[in-house]
Amino acid sequence: MEPVMAVAVGLLYAAAIFLMLRRSIVKLVIGLMLLSNAANLLIFTTAGMTRGAPPLIPEGLSAPLGPVADPLPQAVVLTAIVIAFGVLAFAVVLIRRAYEIVKADDLDKMKETDT
Amino acid sequence: MRPEVALPVLLPLLSGAISLLFWRSRPMQRFTAVAGNLALLGVSLWLLVSVIQEDYVVIQMGGWPAPFGITLVADMLSAVMIVLTGLKGLVLSIYSLASTGPGHERFGYYPLMHLLLAGVAGAFLTGDVFNLYVWFEVMLVASFALLILGGEKAQMEGAIKYVTLNLLASVIFLSAVGLLYGMVGTLNMADAAQRLAVAEHQGMVEVLAVMFMVAFGIKAAAFPLFFWLPASYHTPPVAVSALFAGLLTKVGVYALFRFFTLLFDQTLGYTQELLIWGAALTMVTGVLGAAAQFEFRRILSFHIVSQIGYMILGLALYTPLAIAGGIFAVMHNMVVKTNLFLISGITRRLQGTYELKKMGGLYRERPWLAVAFFLSAFSLAGVPPLSGFFAKFVIVRAGIEAEAYVVTAVALLVGLMTLYSMVKIWNEVFWKSLPEDNLVPAEEVVVGDDSRMVPPSLWLMYLPVAVLALFALLIGVFAEPLMAMMNQIGDQLMNPQGYIEAVLGAEVGVEDALIEAPDQEETP
Repeated sequence: MEPVMAVAVGLLYAAAIFLMLRRSIVKLVIGLMLLSNAANLLIFTTAGMTRGAPPLIPEGLSAPLGPVADPLPQAVVLTAIVIAFGVLAFAVVLIRRAYEIVKADDLDKMKETDT
Repeated sequence: MRPEVALPVLLPLLSGAISLLFWRSRPMQRFTAVAGNLALLGVSLWLLVSVIQEDYVVIQMGGWPAPFGITLVADMLSAVMIVLTGLKGLVLSIYSLASTGPGHERFGYYPLMHLLLAGVAGAFLTGDVFNLYVWFEVMLVASFALLILGGEKAQMEGAIKYVTLNLLASVIFLSAVGLLYGMVGTLNMADAAQRLAVAEHQGMVEVLAVMFMVAFGIKAAAFPLFFWLPASYHTPPVAVSALFAGLLTKVGVYALFRFFTLLFDQTLGYTQELLIWGAALTMVTGVLGAAAQFEFRRILSFHIVSQIGYMILGLALYTPLAIAGGIFAVMHNMVVKTNLFLISGITRRLQGTYELKKMGGLYRERPWLAVAFFLSAFSLAGVPPLSGFFAKFVIVRAGIEAEAYVVTAVALLVGLMTLYSMVKIWNEVFWKSLPEDNLVPAEEVVVGDDSRMVPPSLWLMYLPVAVLALFALLIGVFAEPLMAMMNQIGDQLMNPQGYIEAVLGAEVGVEDALIEAPDQEETP
């Protein structure tokens, strides 16, 4: 499973970077979305993928029997998804406002504050 | 239970919540801002006293023992940074009373400021890698909203670059956190430091080190990833610029110091070269960028970049003295750079512009403002006996001792060019007489943001400037006791064993920790 996931993560990163390098700000935001998804999938994969072994401790014992799936990366990914969701909501509003004010969907027309 | 470690995070969150409750009451929000930040400064001084007495103050959140729960830990570096954050919060909340227009205040300026301070304090105090990421995001989201408050065209354009590059840095950081967890199976910094030292694949450790370096390098605005900073920092209201200028990049610098002394000290041979040359190029590009500018805040923005180079150079030389110098530079810069931005706000209020060409005559008009600028600007350039001189002196001395002559020469040269930029501002704004075409009294000029609609209560703006200028002088005069404190930081950072023992408890050695840990390799 891991090799497939590794390729998927790589493709997501590549697609995200490609989209971020386009001139359209809509593609920029879609790129950011893919990028955070790629990172989440990466955490999920590198922490080890264990199938069918929930981290439950049988009654009467103080430790699980045998290897179980690690719950911590899932908690981490969940937090990261929530953060990414909030930040992307902001980014979507930002490009909408920017589009209204600058009246262009083109990053090349937003160079006035550069030097 | 050590409440002083958690309070610098909780207090701004509380003040933020209170000012959200009084959303419609402007006087109440303004009162909460000043009172909350005064309390934050008080708590941060309490933390500093505790750290001076005990070296490390640790609190385990929720009572979970160290490698499993989230740890908040304050060593000397964290405590000093927290005190500076509290000072800045107080000074800026007072300045904001006069400089921020009701339009901004009505749309949540103060709650966002509290949230930003909470994020910064959390990032300085946490001992957990993923928790650091969360605090970074808290800080970033608050800064995004502050940056576009007012919604002018320039702000939108600046914000798109700021948001994109900072999110990119966050994702690189998050990916590195994931890979780190995959390698060592822990997120606690102290625990991870022990395990990285005995990790099997040292090549992977180097990859991780570079990923963290890139992520924090973007956030600290180091070469070649600094372009978002000069593109955005001159666009928001001036109090926001000053807040960002002193705090946000310094959090990136702090994270670099923390990670490259605690987690990645063993891979230094390779990363040290990168850091040294990155620092040199950061200094040079920043100062050259500033030389080409003729807008008050743009010059200052480029100088932030240039000063970041000095701080990173302190880390890259990697001797206790150099690290002490680097932290001294951070401290001096947080005071002085904030003050320069605050002064630019006052001159804007007086003359209605940030363009140097259109300003002038302030030396005759406002001699005390000129004195405050003189103290801050020449401190930034490193003129003795002001604060910047000692920061530069220590770093240069450490550079010569480490036999890194080329970078040291670059640092000295950049100091000279900083002086050039500061003299340029001095000549244009204070010394030359006001040009003919800007004889309009400032109060009648209508400008985009609504800061002009406030009746000019300038003493609220002068007070913070005077306090910070005094600090720039006092840091220089009392450099010796401060330097003793910085030397202690240098020693603590160079000997991370103390930090690790304080977090994990003294008796846990590497072998015990490895046996106790849940095994990661049993994945089918």
